[in-house]
Amino acid sequence: MVVEMIVRFALGGALVWLFSLIGEAFETKTFSGLFGAAPSVAIATLGLALGKKGAEYVGTEARMMAFACVALFAYTSACALIAQKKGMPVWLGAALSYAVWLALALGPYAIARKAGLFG
Amino acid sequence: MMPKVKLWGLTKSKWWEHLLRFVFGGLVTVGAGLVAQKWGPHVGGLFLAFPSILPASLTLVKRHDGRSQAVHDARGARIGAAAMAVFALTVVALVGRSGGLALAIAGVVWLAASVLGWFLVYGRGPRDAA
Repeated sequence: MVVEMIVRFALGGALVWLFSLIGEAFETKTFSGLFGAAPSVAIATLGLALGKKGAEYVGTEARMMAFACVALFAYTSACALIAQKKGMPVWLGAALSYAVWLALALGPYAIARKAGLFG
Repeated sequence: MMPKVKLWGLTKSKWWEHLLRFVFGGLVTVGAGLVAQKWGPHVGGLFLAFPSILPASLTLVKRHDGRSQAVHDARGARIGAAAMAVFALTVVALVGRSGGLALAIAGVVWLAASVLGWFLVYGRGPRDAA
């Protein structure tokens, strides 16, 4: 369990760092921004889950991930909007935008679950 | 405006900023694993599209290059987020047949979709200041 956590931490950390480094190498910020939404955590997590839980489990996780990308898109849009407000610290706007992600990712899931769509 | 590679950009970040990204990424990956362990692959899958590094990334861009560049960075991340859905759907389509190779293919598909999306949105006009 502890070893798995360490592997998870190291793999996820390394992938996130690597993608951020690639992003930093580009001067055009809209282009480097692509790498801020790279699937680094997903690659690490799905890769480890594939070895441990199998393809069906990974397929389920990836399917749900596709739905949550709508929330991620809304989150990044909210960040871009709030970051334009001069008096607002960028970190605070990004933190407040988490509410958008949580509402759009977990809200529809909770409704679907209540409706019995997940058994 | 075409994307420009400027390797000196890599020297902008201090050692602790690199460490911050690594630690953030590591913690979110551990967190995503714990969520899946506790609540199963449905909720766990949702957290694979959690905006893990973006707040730190935007804060650092604002610090190095100013507010307007942070806005541009967030706009670019929107395209990366849309491409992430293509990544996930590629995994869904291929993982049963190709196993680990599906993740590698999906990674390449994400990159291709991101770059294509960027060129469609920003490739022709001067919407990006830098």
